[in-house]
Amino acid sequence: MLRDITIGQYFPGNSLIHRLDPRFKIVITVLYIIMLFAGGTYTGLAIGAVYAFIAIALSKIKPKMFVKSIKPIMPFLLITAVINLLLVSSGEILWQWKFLKITDAGINISVFMIIRIVLLIAGTSLLTYTTSPITLTDAIERLLSPLKKLKFPVHELAMMMSIALRFIPTLIEETDKIMSAQKARGAEIDTGSFITRARNLVSILVPLFISSFRRADELATAMECRCYNGGSGRTRLRQLKSAPRDYAALFVTAAFLAGEIIIGRIWH
Amino acid sequence: MPILETQELTYVYSPGTPFEKTAVDHVNISIEKGEMIGVMGHTGSGKSTLIQHFNGLLRPTSGKVLLDGKDIWEDKTKIRDVRFRVGLVFQYPEYQLFEETVFKDIAFGPKNMGLDEAEIKRRVLETSHDIGLSEELMERSPFDLSGGQKRRAAIAGVMAMEPDVLILDEPTAGLDPAGRDKILGHIKAYHRRTGNTTLIVSHSMEDIASFADRILVMSDSKLFCFDDTVKVFARSEEISSIGLDVPQITRVFDELKRQGADFGKEVYTVEYAKNLLLKRLSEREVP
Repeated sequence: MLRDITIGQYFPGNSLIHRLDPRFKIVITVLYIIMLFAGGTYTGLAIGAVYAFIAIALSKIKPKMFVKSIKPIMPFLLITAVINLLLVSSGEILWQWKFLKITDAGINISVFMIIRIVLLIAGTSLLTYTTSPITLTDAIERLLSPLKKLKFPVHELAMMMSIALRFIPTLIEETDKIMSAQKARGAEIDTGSFITRARNLVSILVPLFISSFRRADELATAMECRCYNGGSGRTRLRQLKSAPRDYAALFVTAAFLAGEIIIGRIWH
Repeated sequence: MPILETQELTYVYSPGTPFEKTAVDHVNISIEKGEMIGVMGHTGSGKSTLIQHFNGLLRPTSGKVLLDGKDIWEDKTKIRDVRFRVGLVFQYPEYQLFEETVFKDIAFGPKNMGLDEAEIKRRVLETSHDIGLSEELMERSPFDLSGGQKRRAAIAGVMAMEPDVLILDEPTAGLDPAGRDKILGHIKAYHRRTGNTTLIVSHSMEDIASFADRILVMSDSKLFCFDDTVKVFARSEEISSIGLDVPQITRVFDELKRQGADFGKEVYTVEYAKNLLLKRLSEREVP
């Protein structure tokens, strides 16, 4: 149940995608998102889909995992689809009830949005699936480092992010454990009426909060013991180095984006 | 008829992902009513996963768990009743305390069983007495107790459901020797008084030797052996080969045997060793 959460999950591997420089991967992901939004046509989406499929194939991660990444956003997808379906008023009316109507343009937009969001989630999941959280925050820190000149606390932000990411699995595990312990005492958490469930939630939240505070405290002490004093003067264990393949990947992505924009222009 | 039985019990974590791992592999065991059983196995051997099947917290990937001869998953909606009959105390159970008072926390289980006020009160007071918590602690916040008291309050929370089978996962982990003996002593006394079936997971061979009728050893997701305490410790070399220890006193007597002083018996408690040695010495003095 809780184990099924895949957000931010990393699957170790040694594929081409895994080995790309994380900084490039972030930039490429941003380009990919632009790709999905720049072309407002199905052709544009098709190009984005082809690009995503190639990348997923190269990553050697089971396609099933990407299906799984869509699951949590299903309600969001449905709501978007329904709103678009019912509230778009342009186009030929196929069905009407009071102010709600379904038009061919509405159907068109709904389908388009669903495809776009699915591609968006599946493609961006690739980034977290193939990049460990630590390297990811390293890369974010490096990419944002120009902001340091504006006194923006880049290092602190990255540190907070890596701590948060680091503790997601720990807290999930902890929640799982507390839930099991309370279930062993007969608490109804995934069964029972809504009110009993809500009441039983207290028996999980209280221990979880207490242990989170304890962990935060211990972590602060541990950091203090190792003389942590922020980012200034710190060197890195792992230096990020870009290789020719990173530039090649960036070039291919840029080519896809450019191709999509050009095709979109010609089409119209 | 055994009270608890497993048939070809198998559990696989995260099937179909790169993290797939078989944690329990075709385990067949059968436990009789009233037994006191020690569960051993090094970290990751599958013993914690195994015991979570006994009260239906985990559902077997394949195989069965039988309670009183009935498959506990036969009726999914009745799984809560299984949890009331098979009480499970997790490792570091003090982290699950959450109520305002110790009394309310211990009463959480019995309350979930739907018992009436008077019965709940009787059970809470009785179990807290069994586990050695005085009555004036009942109205205190559980977070104000000492470490050992918290641990005992949490154990009482499960005991108060008066389960037929009580399973404790390392109930003495992280306690000092005095606290350890105290908790084990209370659990043993409770076992004697109620005649329930008790399973205790422990890494301390001395502890296990002091209470277990039989020992269940897990190694590498498989059942390594499940036999009388004497017989298990007689296989000290095999036990060592899977990264576990036999009690120190057994090692001493193994070494004595190697050097020619064979006592002909398997020794695993200090008390027994003392009697054996005194007997041997008195026999010597006589001639």
